Amino acid sequence: MKLKNENSQVNRLSRKNNWFVILLILLFLLFPLVIKNDYFIDVAFFFGIYTLLGLSLNIVLGEVGLFDLGHMGFAAIGAYTTAILNTRFGIPVLILLPISAIAAAIFAYLVCSPIIHLKGDYLCIVTIGMGEIIRLTLLNNPFGLTGGPNGVFGICFPTVGSLMTIDNCPKFYYYIWIVVGLTVFALIRLQNSRIGRAWNYIREDVIAAEALGVDVRYYKLLAFVLGAALAGVAGNIYATKLMIVSPESFSFMESCLLFCIVLIGGMGSIPGVLIGAAAISLFPELFQTFAQYRMLFFGAVMIIMMMFRPGGVWPRQRGRILLKPVLMRAEKSEI
Amino acid sequence: MDVKNIKKDIMLETKRLTKRFGGLVAVNQFDLEVLKGKISSIIGPNGAGKTTVFNVITGIYHPDDGEYYFKGERLFGLKPHQILSKGIARTFQNIRLFPNMTCLENVMAGQHARGNSGMWQSIFRTPAQLNEEKRIMKIAEDRLEQVGLSCYKHELAKNIAYGNQRMLEIARALASEPGLLILDEPSSGLNDKETEDLMGFLDKLIRDDLTILLIEHDMNVVMGISDWVTVMDEGKKIAEGKPKEVYHNPVVIEAYLGKEEEEEN
Repeated sequence: MKLKNENSQVNRLSRKNNWFVILLILLFLLFPLVIKNDYFIDVAFFFGIYTLLGLSLNIVLGEVGLFDLGHMGFAAIGAYTTAILNTRFGIPVLILLPISAIAAAIFAYLVCSPIIHLKGDYLCIVTIGMGEIIRLTLLNNPFGLTGGPNGVFGICFPTVGSLMTIDNCPKFYYYIWIVVGLTVFALIRLQNSRIGRAWNYIREDVIAAEALGVDVRYYKLLAFVLGAALAGVAGNIYATKLMIVSPESFSFMESCLLFCIVLIGGMGSIPGVLIGAAAISLFPELFQTFAQYRMLFFGAVMIIMMMFRPGGVWPRQRGRILLKPVLMRAEKSEI
Repeated sequence: MDVKNIKKDIMLETKRLTKRFGGLVAVNQFDLEVLKGKISSIIGPNGAGKTTVFNVITGIYHPDDGEYYFKGERLFGLKPHQILSKGIARTFQNIRLFPNMTCLENVMAGQHARGNSGMWQSIFRTPAQLNEEKRIMKIAEDRLEQVGLSCYKHELAKNIAYGNQRMLEIARALASEPGLLILDEPSSGLNDKETEDLMGFLDKLIRDDLTILLIEHDMNVVMGISDWVTVMDEGKKIAEGKPKEVYHNPVVIEAYLGKEEEEEN
Protein backbone atom coordinates (compact mmCIF):
# COMPACT_ATOMS: atom_id res chain seq x y z
CA MET A 1 0.00 0.00 0.00
CA LYS A 2 2.75 2.36 1.00
CA LEU A 3 4.73 1.45 -2.08
CA LYS A 4 1.72 2.13 -4.30
CA ASN A 5 1.30 5.52 -2.73
CA GLU A 6 4.91 6.30 -3.33
CA ASN A 7 4.71 5.21 -6.94
CA SER A 8 1.62 7.28 -7.67
CA GLN A 9 3.43 10.24 -6.22
CA VAL A 10 6.37 9.50 -8.49
CA ASN A 11 4.01 9.22 -11.46
CA ARG A 12 2.37 12.52 -10.69
CA LEU A 13 5.71 14.22 -10.35
CA SER A 14 7.01 12.74 -13.57
CA ARG A 15 3.83 13.76 -15.41
CA LYS A 16 4.23 17.30 -14.17
CA ASN A 17 7.87 17.22 -15.25
CA ASN A 18 6.93 15.87 -18.67
CA TRP A 19 4.51 18.73 -19.29
CA PHE A 20 7.16 21.19 -18.30
CA VAL A 21 9.67 19.64 -20.70
CA ILE A 22 7.16 19.56 -23.58
CA LEU A 23 6.38 23.22 -22.97
CA LEU A 24 10.07 24.09 -23.05
CA ILE A 25 10.59 22.19 -26.31
CA LEU A 26 7.60 23.93 -27.93
CA LEU A 27 8.93 27.28 -26.82
CA PHE A 28 12.32 26.38 -28.27
CA LEU A 29 10.87 25.32 -31.64
CA LEU A 30 8.56 28.31 -32.02
CA PHE A 31 10.93 31.01 -30.84
CA PRO A 32 12.65 31.84 -34.20
CA LEU A 33 9.34 31.50 -36.05
CA VAL A 34 7.54 34.01 -33.86
CA ILE A 35 10.41 36.40 -33.27
CA LYS A 36 11.94 37.11 -36.63
CA ASN A 37 14.52 39.54 -35.28
CA ASP A 38 18.05 38.21 -35.89
CA TYR A 39 19.38 40.10 -32.89
CA PHE A 40 17.15 38.24 -30.45
CA ILE A 41 17.87 34.92 -32.13
CA ASP A 42 21.57 35.64 -31.80
CA VAL A 43 21.14 36.40 -28.11
CA ALA A 44 19.38 33.05 -27.76
CA PHE A 45 22.26 31.41 -29.63
CA PHE A 46 24.82 32.80 -27.19
CA PHE A 47 22.56 31.76 -24.33
CA GLY A 48 22.91 28.24 -25.80
CA ILE A 49 26.71 28.49 -26.04
CA TYR A 50 26.94 29.62 -22.43
CA THR A 51 24.60 26.82 -21.40
CA LEU A 52 26.83 24.26 -23.09
CA LEU A 53 29.93 25.75 -21.48
CA GLY A 54 28.12 25.92 -18.14
CA LEU A 55 27.10 22.26 -18.43
CA SER A 56 30.69 21.30 -19.17
CA LEU A 57 32.03 23.18 -16.15
CA ASN A 58 29.17 21.85 -14.05
CA ILE A 59 30.60 18.35 -14.41
CA VAL A 60 33.92 19.42 -12.95
CA LEU A 61 32.79 22.07 -10.47
CA GLY A 62 29.23 21.08 -9.70
CA GLU A 63 29.35 17.31 -9.66
CA VAL A 64 32.86 16.68 -8.34
CA GLY A 65 33.50 19.98 -6.58
CA LEU A 66 36.84 20.67 -8.28
CA PHE A 67 37.58 24.37 -8.56
CA ASP A 68 38.42 24.94 -12.20
CA LEU A 69 38.98 28.58 -13.12
CA GLY A 70 40.65 27.88 -16.44
CA HIS A 71 37.82 26.13 -18.15
CA MET A 72 37.76 28.52 -21.10
CA GLY A 73 41.19 27.14 -21.97
CA PHE A 74 39.58 23.85 -23.00
CA ALA A 75 37.08 25.72 -25.17
CA ALA A 76 40.03 27.57 -26.73
CA ILE A 77 41.68 24.27 -27.60
CA GLY A 78 38.47 23.13 -29.31
CA ALA A 79 37.96 26.42 -31.15
CA TYR A 80 41.55 26.67 -32.39
CA THR A 81 41.64 22.99 -33.42
CA THR A 82 38.60 23.68 -35.56
CA ALA A 83 39.91 26.98 -36.90
CA ILE A 84 43.40 25.74 -37.83
CA LEU A 85 42.37 22.40 -39.32
CA ASN A 86 39.55 24.01 -41.28
CA THR A 87 41.46 26.97 -42.70
CA ARG A 88 44.68 25.04 -43.42
CA PHE A 89 43.39 21.71 -44.60
CA GLY A 90 39.80 22.47 -45.50
CA ILE A 91 38.37 19.73 -43.31
CA PRO A 92 34.60 20.28 -42.92
CA VAL A 93 33.82 21.79 -39.51
CA LEU A 94 31.13 19.25 -38.70
CA ILE A 95 33.73 16.49 -38.93
CA LEU A 96 35.95 18.64 -36.73
CA LEU A 97 33.25 18.69 -34.03
CA PRO A 98 34.23 15.32 -32.51
CA ILE A 99 37.89 15.98 -33.32
CA SER A 100 37.80 19.24 -31.33
CA ALA A 101 36.17 17.41 -28.45
CA ILE A 102 38.85 14.71 -28.50
CA ALA A 103 41.66 17.27 -28.80
CA ALA A 104 40.38 19.16 -25.76
CA ALA A 105 39.87 15.88 -23.87
CA ILE A 106 43.42 14.66 -24.58
CA PHE A 107 44.79 18.04 -23.59
CA ALA A 108 42.81 17.92 -20.32
CA TYR A 109 44.06 14.42 -19.64
CA LEU A 110 47.70 15.36 -20.14
CA VAL A 111 47.52 18.60 -18.16
CA CYS A 112 45.32 17.35 -15.33
CA SER A 113 46.98 13.99 -14.70
CA PRO A 114 49.85 15.45 -12.67
CA ILE A 115 47.71 17.98 -10.77
CA ILE A 116 44.60 15.95 -10.08
CA HIS A 117 45.55 15.13 -6.47
CA LEU A 118 45.65 18.82 -5.50
CA LYS A 119 42.99 20.06 -3.12
CA GLY A 120 40.46 22.88 -3.58
CA ASP A 121 42.26 26.20 -3.66
CA TYR A 122 45.57 24.79 -4.90
CA LEU A 123 43.88 23.18 -7.87
CA CYS A 124 42.11 26.47 -8.46
CA ILE A 125 45.39 28.37 -8.76
CA VAL A 126 46.89 25.77 -11.08
CA THR A 127 43.87 25.87 -13.39
CA ILE A 128 44.01 29.67 -13.53
CA GLY A 129 47.63 29.28 -14.61
CA MET A 130 46.68 26.70 -17.19
CA GLY A 131 44.00 28.91 -18.72
CA GLU A 132 46.36 31.86 -18.87
CA ILE A 133 49.17 29.81 -20.42
CA ILE A 134 46.83 28.67 -23.17
CA ARG A 135 45.70 32.22 -23.87
CA LEU A 136 49.24 33.60 -23.90
CA THR A 137 50.48 30.77 -26.11
CA LEU A 138 47.76 31.53 -28.62
CA LEU A 139 48.65 35.21 -28.42
CA ASN A 140 52.30 34.47 -29.24
CA ASN A 141 51.49 32.77 -32.50
CA PRO A 142 53.45 29.51 -32.13
CA PHE A 143 54.74 28.16 -35.50
CA GLY A 144 52.64 30.84 -37.20
CA LEU A 145 49.55 28.71 -36.55
CA THR A 146 47.33 30.79 -34.31
CA GLY A 147 47.72 34.20 -35.90
CA GLY A 148 48.64 35.96 -32.65
CA PRO A 149 46.27 38.64 -31.36
CA ASN A 150 44.37 38.71 -34.66
CA GLY A 151 43.42 35.07 -34.35
CA VAL A 152 42.39 32.80 -37.19
CA PHE A 153 39.63 33.89 -39.54
CA GLY A 154 37.75 32.53 -42.51
CA ILE A 155 36.31 29.45 -40.82
CA CYS A 156 33.61 27.77 -42.92
CA PHE A 157 29.98 27.25 -41.94
CA PRO A 158 29.00 23.73 -40.93
CA THR A 159 27.68 21.78 -43.93
CA VAL A 160 25.94 18.44 -44.12
CA GLY A 161 27.34 17.32 -47.48
CA SER A 162 25.56 19.41 -50.10
CA LEU A 163 22.22 18.96 -48.36
CA MET A 164 22.28 21.81 -45.92
CA THR A 165 24.54 24.60 -44.80
CA ILE A 166 24.08 26.11 -41.39
CA ASP A 167 24.59 29.70 -42.40
CA ASN A 168 21.95 31.95 -40.80
CA CYS A 169 20.87 32.88 -37.30
CA PRO A 170 17.84 30.59 -36.92
CA LYS A 171 19.79 27.60 -38.22
CA PHE A 172 22.61 28.25 -35.76
CA TYR A 173 20.02 28.67 -33.04
CA TYR A 174 18.55 25.23 -33.74
CA TYR A 175 22.02 23.73 -34.09
CA ILE A 176 23.30 24.84 -30.69
CA TRP A 177 20.11 24.04 -28.85
CA ILE A 178 19.91 20.53 -30.31
CA VAL A 179 23.47 19.94 -29.12
CA VAL A 180 22.51 21.34 -25.70
CA GLY A 181 19.43 19.11 -25.62
CA LEU A 182 21.43 15.97 -26.36
CA THR A 183 24.03 16.96 -23.76
CA VAL A 184 21.37 17.53 -21.11
CA PHE A 185 19.82 14.16 -21.91
CA ALA A 186 23.17 12.37 -21.54
CA LEU A 187 24.13 14.27 -18.40
CA ILE A 188 20.85 13.53 -16.65
CA ARG A 189 21.42 9.85 -17.30
CA LEU A 190 24.96 10.12 -16.01
CA GLN A 191 23.77 11.92 -12.86
CA ASN A 192 21.48 9.01 -12.06
CA SER A 193 24.10 6.36 -12.52
CA ARG A 194 27.01 4.80 -10.73
CA ILE A 195 29.33 7.40 -12.31
CA GLY A 196 27.29 10.42 -11.26
CA ARG A 197 26.97 9.12 -7.73
CA ALA A 198 30.72 8.47 -7.55
CA TRP A 199 31.33 12.09 -8.56
CA ASN A 200 28.99 13.30 -5.83
CA TYR A 201 30.57 11.03 -3.22
CA ILE A 202 33.92 12.63 -3.99
CA ARG A 203 32.46 16.12 -3.65
CA GLU A 204 30.79 15.30 -0.35
CA ASP A 205 33.71 13.53 1.34
CA VAL A 206 36.84 12.43 -0.49
CA ILE A 207 38.22 10.22 2.25
CA ALA A 208 34.96 8.38 2.80
CA ALA A 209 34.51 7.96 -0.96
CA GLU A 210 37.98 6.51 -1.25
CA ALA A 211 37.44 4.17 1.68
CA LEU A 212 34.22 2.96 0.06
CA GLY A 213 35.88 1.85 -3.11
CA VAL A 214 35.65 4.91 -5.36
CA ASP A 215 38.78 5.30 -7.45
CA VAL A 216 39.05 9.02 -6.74
CA ARG A 217 41.81 9.75 -9.22
CA TYR A 218 40.00 8.02 -12.07
CA TYR A 219 36.68 9.76 -11.50
CA LYS A 220 38.23 13.19 -11.08
CA LEU A 221 40.12 12.74 -14.33
CA LEU A 222 36.99 11.45 -16.06
CA ALA A 223 35.16 14.60 -14.99
CA PHE A 224 37.92 16.84 -16.33
CA VAL A 225 38.18 14.93 -19.60
CA LEU A 226 34.42 14.91 -20.17
CA GLY A 227 34.09 18.56 -19.17
CA ALA A 228 36.92 19.51 -21.51
CA ALA A 229 35.41 17.51 -24.37
CA LEU A 230 32.10 19.36 -24.00
CA ALA A 231 33.92 22.68 -23.80
CA GLY A 232 35.74 21.67 -26.98
CA VAL A 233 32.39 21.10 -28.69
CA ALA A 234 31.23 24.53 -27.54
CA GLY A 235 34.49 26.00 -28.87
CA ASN A 236 33.91 24.39 -32.26
CA ILE A 237 30.39 25.78 -32.58
CA TYR A 238 31.52 29.18 -31.36
CA ALA A 239 34.28 29.27 -33.98
CA THR A 240 31.96 28.34 -36.83
CA LYS A 241 29.37 30.89 -35.77
CA LEU A 242 31.77 33.83 -35.52
CA MET A 243 34.00 32.54 -38.34
CA ILE A 244 36.92 33.97 -36.41
CA VAL A 245 38.65 32.95 -33.20
CA SER A 246 40.95 35.20 -31.23
CA PRO A 247 42.64 34.80 -27.84
CA GLU A 248 40.59 37.53 -26.15
CA SER A 249 37.44 35.38 -26.33
CA PHE A 250 39.06 32.92 -23.95
CA SER A 251 40.21 35.27 -21.21
CA PHE A 252 40.27 34.63 -17.48
CA MET A 253 37.16 36.79 -17.12
CA GLU A 254 35.22 34.36 -19.32
CA SER A 255 36.28 31.44 -17.11
CA CYS A 256 35.04 33.43 -14.12
CA LEU A 257 31.68 33.95 -15.83
CA LEU A 258 31.38 30.19 -16.33
CA PHE A 259 32.15 29.74 -12.66
CA CYS A 260 29.33 32.18 -11.87
CA ILE A 261 26.91 30.25 -14.10
CA VAL A 262 27.38 27.12 -12.02
CA LEU A 263 27.25 28.98 -8.69
CA ILE A 264 24.17 31.06 -9.55
CA GLY A 265 22.19 28.02 -10.64
CA GLY A 266 23.32 25.70 -7.88
CA MET A 267 26.22 23.25 -7.91
CA GLY A 268 25.45 20.06 -9.79
CA SER A 269 22.03 21.18 -10.95
CA ILE A 270 21.25 21.06 -14.68
CA PRO A 271 18.20 23.38 -14.58
CA GLY A 272 20.42 25.60 -12.46
CA VAL A 273 22.95 25.85 -15.27
CA LEU A 274 20.18 26.99 -17.63
CA ILE A 275 19.19 29.71 -15.19
CA GLY A 276 22.79 30.72 -14.59
CA ALA A 277 23.55 30.86 -18.30
CA ALA A 278 20.41 32.92 -18.86
CA ALA A 279 21.51 35.34 -16.16
CA ILE A 280 25.03 35.68 -17.58
CA SER A 281 24.12 35.95 -21.25
CA LEU A 282 20.74 37.71 -21.20
CA PHE A 283 21.27 40.11 -18.32
CA PRO A 284 23.91 42.30 -19.98
CA GLU A 285 21.74 42.47 -23.12
CA LEU A 286 18.58 43.37 -21.23
CA PHE A 287 20.30 46.18 -19.36
CA GLN A 288 22.13 47.65 -22.30
CA THR A 289 20.34 50.94 -21.70
CA PHE A 290 22.30 51.32 -18.48
CA ALA A 291 25.44 51.25 -20.62
CA GLN A 292 28.48 51.33 -18.39
CA TYR A 293 26.50 50.80 -15.19
CA ARG A 294 25.21 47.41 -16.21
CA MET A 295 28.23 45.52 -14.85
CA LEU A 296 27.82 47.34 -11.55
CA PHE A 297 24.19 46.32 -11.40
CA PHE A 298 25.09 42.80 -12.40
CA GLY A 299 27.74 42.55 -9.68
CA ALA A 300 25.31 43.83 -7.06
CA VAL A 301 22.74 41.22 -8.04
CA MET A 302 25.38 38.51 -7.73
CA ILE A 303 26.33 39.62 -4.22
CA ILE A 304 22.73 39.83 -3.04
CA MET A 305 21.97 36.44 -4.52
CA MET A 306 24.88 34.76 -2.84
CA MET A 307 23.84 36.30 0.48
CA PHE A 308 20.26 35.11 0.36
CA ARG A 309 20.48 31.94 -1.70
CA PRO A 310 23.98 30.55 -1.24
CA GLY A 311 22.85 27.17 -2.56
CA GLY A 312 21.88 28.65 -5.91
CA VAL A 313 18.56 29.52 -7.53
CA TRP A 314 17.63 25.96 -8.40
CA PRO A 315 19.69 23.51 -6.33
CA ARG A 316 19.71 19.87 -7.29
CA GLN A 317 16.69 17.97 -5.98
CA ARG A 318 17.40 14.66 -4.36
CA GLY A 319 15.22 11.81 -3.28
CA ARG A 320 12.34 10.17 -5.05
CA ILE A 321 12.64 12.07 -8.31
CA LEU A 322 16.19 10.90 -8.66
CA LEU A 323 15.20 7.27 -8.51
CA LYS A 324 12.19 7.62 -10.76
CA PRO A 325 13.48 6.19 -14.04
CA VAL A 326 15.07 3.17 -12.46
CA LEU A 327 12.09 2.52 -10.19
CA MET A 328 9.74 2.55 -13.15
CA ARG A 329 11.91 0.19 -15.16
CA ALA A 330 12.33 -2.13 -12.23
CA GLU A 331 8.58 -2.15 -11.69
CA LYS A 332 7.88 -2.97 -15.33
CA SER A 333 10.29 -5.87 -15.41
CA GLU A 334 8.76 -7.31 -12.25
CA ILE A 335 5.33 -7.44 -13.86
CA MET B 1 49.66 -16.71 -1.09
CA ASP B 2 50.67 -17.96 2.28
CA VAL B 3 48.97 -21.31 2.87
CA LYS B 4 49.77 -21.37 6.57
CA ASN B 5 47.61 -18.34 7.26
CA ILE B 6 44.52 -19.76 5.64
CA LYS B 7 44.77 -22.94 7.67
CA LYS B 8 44.77 -21.01 10.90
CA ASP B 9 41.72 -19.03 9.71
CA ILE B 10 43.36 -15.69 10.14
CA MET B 11 41.45 -12.93 8.38
CA LEU B 12 43.89 -10.11 8.92
CA GLU B 13 47.46 -10.17 10.06
CA THR B 14 49.96 -7.37 10.57
CA LYS B 15 53.66 -7.95 11.11
CA ARG B 16 55.96 -5.36 12.65
CA LEU B 17 53.75 -2.59 11.32
CA THR B 18 55.39 0.80 11.80
CA LYS B 19 54.19 4.30 11.00
CA ARG B 20 56.06 7.49 11.79
CA PHE B 21 54.88 11.07 11.60
CA GLY B 22 58.07 13.11 11.53
CA GLY B 23 59.89 12.20 14.72
CA LEU B 24 56.84 10.67 16.35
CA VAL B 25 56.46 6.93 16.08
CA ALA B 26 52.67 6.51 16.05
CA VAL B 27 52.69 2.77 15.50
CA ASN B 28 55.75 0.80 16.53
CA GLN B 29 56.37 -2.80 15.41
CA PHE B 30 52.74 -3.68 15.83
CA ASP B 31 51.65 -7.31 15.39
CA LEU B 32 47.98 -8.20 15.14
CA GLU B 33 46.00 -11.28 14.25
CA VAL B 34 42.28 -11.14 13.59
CA LEU B 35 40.57 -14.52 13.60
CA LYS B 36 37.74 -15.31 11.23
CA GLY B 37 34.21 -15.03 12.55
CA LYS B 38 35.22 -13.31 15.79
CA ILE B 39 35.02 -9.82 17.22
CA SER B 40 38.50 -8.53 17.96
CA SER B 41 39.08 -5.23 19.70
CA ILE B 42 41.92 -2.82 20.03
CA ILE B 43 41.85 -0.69 23.16
CA GLY B 44 44.25 1.79 24.62
CA PRO B 45 44.46 5.30 26.02
CA ASN B 46 44.13 8.38 23.81
CA GLY B 47 46.97 8.81 21.36
CA ALA B 48 48.01 5.18 21.58
CA GLY B 49 47.91 4.86 17.79
CA LYS B 50 44.73 2.80 17.39
CA THR B 51 43.20 4.88 14.64
CA THR B 52 46.54 5.08 12.87
CA VAL B 53 46.60 1.28 12.72
CA PHE B 54 43.15 1.38 11.10
CA ASN B 55 44.22 4.02 8.65
CA VAL B 56 47.24 1.99 7.63
CA ILE B 57 45.20 -1.20 7.22
CA THR B 58 42.61 0.57 5.06
CA GLY B 59 45.27 2.19 2.91
CA ILE B 60 44.75 5.82 3.91
CA TYR B 61 48.29 5.97 5.36
CA HIS B 62 51.27 4.25 3.89
CA PRO B 63 53.23 2.26 6.49
CA ASP B 64 56.95 2.97 6.91
CA ASP B 65 57.75 -0.61 7.71
CA GLY B 66 56.14 -3.99 8.19
CA GLU B 67 53.72 -6.14 6.27
CA TYR B 68 50.03 -6.84 6.44
CA TYR B 69 47.95 -9.56 4.92
CA PHE B 70 44.24 -10.10 4.36
CA LYS B 71 43.24 -13.74 3.90
CA GLY B 72 46.90 -14.41 3.23
CA GLU B 73 47.09 -11.75 0.53
CA ARG B 74 49.65 -8.99 0.84
CA LEU B 75 48.07 -5.53 1.08
CA PHE B 76 51.20 -3.39 1.20
CA GLY B 77 51.01 -0.42 -1.15
CA LEU B 78 47.37 -0.83 -2.16
CA LYS B 79 45.10 2.21 -2.38
CA PRO B 80 41.97 2.50 -0.20
CA HIS B 81 39.57 1.61 -3.01
CA GLN B 82 41.59 -1.49 -3.87
CA ILE B 83 41.57 -2.57 -0.24
CA LEU B 84 37.79 -2.21 -0.10
CA SER B 85 37.37 -4.41 -3.15
CA LYS B 86 39.47 -7.06 -1.39
CA GLY B 87 36.77 -7.10 1.26
CA ILE B 88 37.72 -4.74 4.09
CA ALA B 89 35.15 -2.07 4.88
CA ARG B 90 35.38 0.54 7.59
CA THR B 91 33.58 3.27 9.47
CA PHE B 92 35.10 6.45 10.87
CA GLN B 93 35.54 7.75 14.39
CA ASN B 94 33.93 11.09 13.54
CA ILE B 95 31.13 10.07 11.20
CA ARG B 96 31.94 10.64 7.56
CA LEU B 97 28.72 10.38 5.60
CA PHE B 98 27.87 12.12 2.34
CA PRO B 99 25.78 14.82 4.03
CA ASN B 100 23.88 16.23 1.05
CA MET B 101 22.85 12.90 -0.38
CA THR B 102 19.96 10.70 0.63
CA CYS B 103 20.41 7.81 3.04
CA LEU B 104 19.76 5.35 0.22
CA GLU B 105 22.40 6.96 -1.97
CA ASN B 106 24.80 6.83 0.94
CA VAL B 107 24.33 3.12 1.34
CA MET B 108 24.53 2.60 -2.42
CA ALA B 109 28.09 3.90 -2.19
CA GLY B 110 29.10 0.62 -0.61
CA GLN B 111 28.16 -1.21 -3.78
CA HIS B 112 30.15 1.10 -6.03
CA ALA B 113 33.20 -1.14 -6.17
CA ARG B 114 31.02 -4.17 -6.92
CA GLY B 115 29.64 -2.61 -10.09
CA ASN B 116 31.41 -2.02 -13.37
CA SER B 117 29.15 -0.14 -15.77
CA GLY B 118 30.99 2.74 -17.38
CA MET B 119 30.12 6.10 -18.86
CA TRP B 120 28.69 4.96 -22.20
CA GLN B 121 26.67 2.17 -20.64
CA SER B 122 25.17 4.70 -18.26
CA ILE B 123 24.34 7.18 -21.02
CA PHE B 124 22.71 4.56 -23.24
CA ARG B 125 21.18 2.69 -20.28
CA THR B 126 22.08 -0.77 -21.48
CA PRO B 127 20.16 -3.71 -19.95
CA ALA B 128 23.30 -4.75 -18.08
CA GLN B 129 23.59 -1.29 -16.55
CA LEU B 130 19.91 -1.25 -15.56
CA ASN B 131 20.21 -4.64 -13.93
CA GLU B 132 23.24 -3.49 -12.05
CA GLU B 133 21.44 -0.37 -10.82
CA LYS B 134 18.54 -2.53 -9.68
CA ARG B 135 20.90 -4.86 -7.83
CA ILE B 136 22.73 -1.97 -6.18
CA MET B 137 19.45 -0.44 -5.06
CA LYS B 138 18.12 -3.75 -3.78
CA ILE B 139 21.21 -4.41 -1.67
CA ALA B 140 21.18 -0.84 -0.36
CA GLU B 141 17.53 -1.14 0.63
CA ASP B 142 18.20 -4.45 2.36
CA ARG B 143 21.03 -2.96 4.38
CA LEU B 144 18.90 0.01 5.37
CA GLU B 145 16.21 -2.42 6.48
CA GLN B 146 18.79 -4.35 8.47
CA VAL B 147 19.77 -1.30 10.52
CA GLY B 148 16.15 -0.17 10.74
CA LEU B 149 16.44 3.03 8.73
CA SER B 150 14.19 2.17 5.78
CA CYS B 151 11.82 4.96 6.72
CA TYR B 152 14.55 7.55 6.15
CA LYS B 153 15.75 6.32 2.79
CA HIS B 154 14.83 9.49 0.92
CA GLU B 155 15.99 11.84 3.68
CA LEU B 156 19.29 13.65 3.37
CA ALA B 157 21.93 12.00 5.54
CA LYS B 158 22.71 15.28 7.34
CA ASN B 159 19.12 15.58 8.54
CA ILE B 160 18.82 12.33 10.50
CA ALA B 161 19.69 11.93 14.19
CA TYR B 162 23.25 11.30 15.32
CA GLY B 163 22.64 7.75 16.47
CA ASN B 164 20.99 6.96 13.15
CA GLN B 165 23.93 8.46 11.28
CA ARG B 166 26.20 5.96 13.04
CA MET B 167 23.99 3.09 11.98
CA LEU B 168 23.80 4.49 8.46
CA GLU B 169 27.57 4.48 8.26
CA ILE B 170 27.64 0.85 9.34
CA ALA B 171 24.95 0.00 6.77
CA ARG B 172 27.05 1.72 4.11
CA ALA B 173 30.09 -0.36 5.04
CA LEU B 174 28.00 -3.54 5.07
CA ALA B 175 26.65 -2.78 1.60
CA SER B 176 30.10 -3.45 0.20
CA GLU B 177 29.69 -7.10 1.24
CA PRO B 178 32.91 -7.14 3.27
CA GLY B 179 34.66 -10.10 4.84
CA LEU B 180 36.09 -7.89 7.54
CA LEU B 181 34.31 -4.91 9.04
CA ILE B 182 36.46 -2.36 10.84
CA LEU B 183 34.63 -0.09 13.26
CA ASP B 184 36.35 2.96 14.71
CA GLU B 185 34.72 3.75 18.07
CA PRO B 186 31.18 2.88 16.97
CA SER B 187 29.66 3.73 20.34
CA SER B 188 31.14 7.20 20.80
CA GLY B 189 28.39 9.75 21.15
CA LEU B 190 25.68 7.15 21.63
CA ASN B 191 23.55 6.90 24.76
CA ASP B 192 23.28 3.72 26.84
CA LYS B 193 20.27 2.36 25.03
CA GLU B 194 21.74 2.99 21.61
CA THR B 195 25.01 1.37 22.68
CA GLU B 196 23.13 -1.70 23.87
CA ASP B 197 21.27 -1.91 20.56
CA LEU B 198 24.55 -1.59 18.73
CA MET B 199 26.09 -4.44 20.70
CA GLY B 200 23.13 -6.67 19.92
CA PHE B 201 23.39 -5.70 16.28
CA LEU B 202 27.09 -6.52 16.07
CA ASP B 203 26.49 -9.84 17.78
CA LYS B 204 23.94 -10.71 15.10
CA LEU B 205 26.36 -9.72 12.34
CA ILE B 206 28.95 -12.16 13.60
CA ARG B 207 26.48 -14.96 13.21
CA ASP B 208 26.18 -13.97 9.54
CA ASP B 209 29.76 -15.04 8.96
CA LEU B 210 31.43 -11.67 9.28
CA THR B 211 34.61 -10.75 11.08
CA ILE B 212 34.76 -7.53 13.05
CA LEU B 213 37.70 -5.48 14.24
CA LEU B 214 36.80 -2.72 16.63
CA ILE B 215 38.41 0.21 18.36
CA GLU B 216 36.59 1.15 21.47
CA HIS B 217 36.89 3.43 24.45
CA ASP B 218 33.83 2.15 26.21
CA MET B 219 35.04 -0.73 28.40
CA ASN B 220 31.54 -2.17 28.74
CA VAL B 221 31.24 -2.61 24.99
CA VAL B 222 34.68 -4.17 24.68
CA MET B 223 34.27 -6.57 27.57
CA GLY B 224 30.71 -7.44 26.57
CA ILE B 225 31.16 -8.52 22.99
CA SER B 226 34.83 -9.03 22.19
CA ASP B 227 36.32 -12.46 21.71
CA TRP B 228 39.85 -11.15 21.74
CA VAL B 229 41.32 -7.89 23.00
CA THR B 230 44.59 -6.26 22.05
CA VAL B 231 45.85 -3.40 24.20
CA MET B 232 47.97 -0.65 22.71
CA ASP B 233 50.00 2.06 24.37
CA GLU B 234 52.38 4.50 22.73
CA GLY B 235 52.20 2.63 19.45
CA LYS B 236 53.09 -0.75 20.89
CA LYS B 237 51.13 -3.82 21.79
CA ILE B 238 51.36 -4.15 25.57
CA ALA B 239 48.96 -7.02 26.17
CA GLU B 240 46.45 -9.28 24.49
CA GLY B 241 44.07 -12.02 25.48
CA LYS B 242 40.48 -12.80 26.34
CA PRO B 243 38.61 -9.77 27.71
CA LYS B 244 38.68 -10.99 31.33
CA GLU B 245 42.42 -11.67 31.27
CA VAL B 246 43.16 -8.26 29.86
CA TYR B 247 40.83 -6.54 32.29
CA HIS B 248 42.85 -7.75 35.26
CA ASN B 249 46.26 -7.41 33.66
CA PRO B 250 48.36 -4.98 35.77
CA VAL B 251 50.19 -3.63 32.72
CA VAL B 252 46.89 -2.59 31.18
CA ILE B 253 45.63 -0.99 34.35
CA GLU B 254 48.88 0.91 34.56
CA ALA B 255 48.56 2.17 31.00
CA TYR B 256 45.03 3.41 31.62
CA LEU B 257 45.38 4.79 35.13
CA GLY B 258 49.09 5.46 35.53
CA LYS B 259 51.40 3.91 38.11
CA GLU B 260 50.18 3.92 41.67
CA GLU B 261 53.39 5.34 43.12
CA GLU B 262 53.25 8.28 40.78
CA GLU B 263 49.75 9.14 41.89
CA GLU B 264 50.76 9.10 45.53
CA ASN B 265 53.67 11.39 44.88
